[in-house]
Amino acid sequence: MEIAIISGKGGTGKSSISAAFATLAEPVVLTDCDVDAANLYILFDPEHEEEESFVGGEKAVIDRELCTNCGICISYCAFEAISFSPEGVIISETACDGCHLCKRICPHGAIHMVDNDDSRLYTGSFRNGRMVYGRLAPGEENSGKLVNLVREKARKQSKAFGMETIIIDGPPGIGCPVISSITGVDQVVIVTEPSLSGLHDLERAADVSGSFGIQTRVIINKADLDEAMSDTIETWCRERGLAVVARIPFNPEVVEAMVNCKSISEWAPDSETSQILRETWKGILHGKS
Amino acid sequence: MTDHKPLKIAIASGKGGTGKTLVATNLFHTLISNDIKTSLVDCDAEAPNAKLFFEGKLEKSFAVTQQVPVIDENLCTYCGKCYEYCHYNAIFILPPARVIKVIEDLCHGCGACTVACKFGAITEKPMPLGEVRRYALEGSQSLVESCMKTGVFSPVAVIKAGIKEAGNGQTVIMDAPPGTSCPFIQTVDRADFVVLVTEPTPFGLSDLRQSVETLKRMKKPCGVIVNRTGLGNHALYDFLEQEDIPLLMEIPFERNIAHTYAQGRKLKDLDPAWETRFLNLFEKIILENGNSHHKR
Repeated sequence: MEIAIISGKGGTGKSSISAAFATLAEPVVLTDCDVDAANLYILFDPEHEEEESFVGGEKAVIDRELCTNCGICISYCAFEAISFSPEGVIISETACDGCHLCKRICPHGAIHMVDNDDSRLYTGSFRNGRMVYGRLAPGEENSGKLVNLVREKARKQSKAFGMETIIIDGPPGIGCPVISSITGVDQVVIVTEPSLSGLHDLERAADVSGSFGIQTRVIINKADLDEAMSDTIETWCRERGLAVVARIPFNPEVVEAMVNCKSISEWAPDSETSQILRETWKGILHGKS
Repeated sequence: MTDHKPLKIAIASGKGGTGKTLVATNLFHTLISNDIKTSLVDCDAEAPNAKLFFEGKLEKSFAVTQQVPVIDENLCTYCGKCYEYCHYNAIFILPPARVIKVIEDLCHGCGACTVACKFGAITEKPMPLGEVRRYALEGSQSLVESCMKTGVFSPVAVIKAGIKEAGNGQTVIMDAPPGTSCPFIQTVDRADFVVLVTEPTPFGLSDLRQSVETLKRMKKPCGVIVNRTGLGNHALYDFLEQEDIPLLMEIPFERNIAHTYAQGRKLKDLDPAWETRFLNLFEKIILENGNSHHKR
């Protein structure tokens, strides 16, 4: 069973909750699909058994010797990545989308493409199973593609090691990497918090998972920070046909656990938070809502 | 307040949830209540939230579009040149069956296929990616919101359009998107100074390291605001010292701050001293950025 944990936005406690689930009972394959800012490896310090590089895209580079500064490439670039400068025509590394058009139309063959291959995909073991995660090099695109690779790898690990449960800690937002994180999963868990922004982001995240028809559950984290808002969120969820499966109290021990590189279920197994999370996880695994 | 060149300040964080919007909205509120002409641009186009903190009238909104190809099957010879030129696999072609399709979701709007087609079979049409909305607040202040359509491959074009809409003649605060990939880069690329909001935890430090590394490569000056101080450990402060990054402000980890923010209110409602603190923050940013760019 593949379960994706998403949140519409970062900082709602998605990784802390994923970490707690990952350290409860059965061995699991844990995948960190927040390839922009992978964090779970900090808690779990996995053994890196495999490291693969990932080509996140390409960038156009100008050969000064061949360039005549004719500027034809500038007029063709849809990304406004090419401009005149005192040194001649330059291509902005940050704006280039890697479409190859400038290379193709340059009459002097002065432009070539180079691979961005600084991104990495890691596979290894951690204390409760296997772990797969990606790290996208700063500024690179194609995170959706890297997420797909991470998930493919996770499925192989699940088969090879007989660990049936795959936990996916998803990226923030509602864009391509999130979609790549949830397509084909059995369940989506949206983590939200009782604030105006929390509800707003939840609505957008629920739209995305809803559009894929995936069974979706909601966890309200830090619920007691604003009980009234938590009630509002719960009512909204009911109207949308979404089950709120847990209201987790605000608990500074969750941060303490993180600082000590532990999940809350490892750090304070008897705390109220850990107990709620344990019950919630059981419910998720057994398909209760 | 000293005279200063209008600055573009990006409030970024490496990752969501560290208090970026808290800082952006409070700084913006402080500046406008001190009559400093300012625009706030919400560049977190995937989850724009800044508007929730302000009362404003929608003044203008426009769709951000991208050009996608339209293929005229009567003119198409199924030569496959457009397919060859498309680097995003957005053109599907089966010449024997005389089938050709554009997969709009994969198209990046580079225009290569149009250039490739020698038979004039390809024209372009605009496809909506999202919307930019400008809200008028008190006086001449405004809030610009970039909002991406669900499922669009990248928010970059919508973010760029939002920043453009804010203009140049005044202070601009940009609430940046999380992460260090393209949307973040496109936002900070247009900033004069980047404020990184983080928290003193291992997750916070890890994300901060990545953001700092990226900004160094881009040669962008930056400073740090530590949110939720009192939590976590000292490693973050050691890192700031090591890297010689200015600590601009600290916000304590307090339940009533979280509560005030969650209700969509400003910190000065909690304690008027916050307004002074945010004004000091602005002064510090001008100082940090002031050495080479403008006179004080």
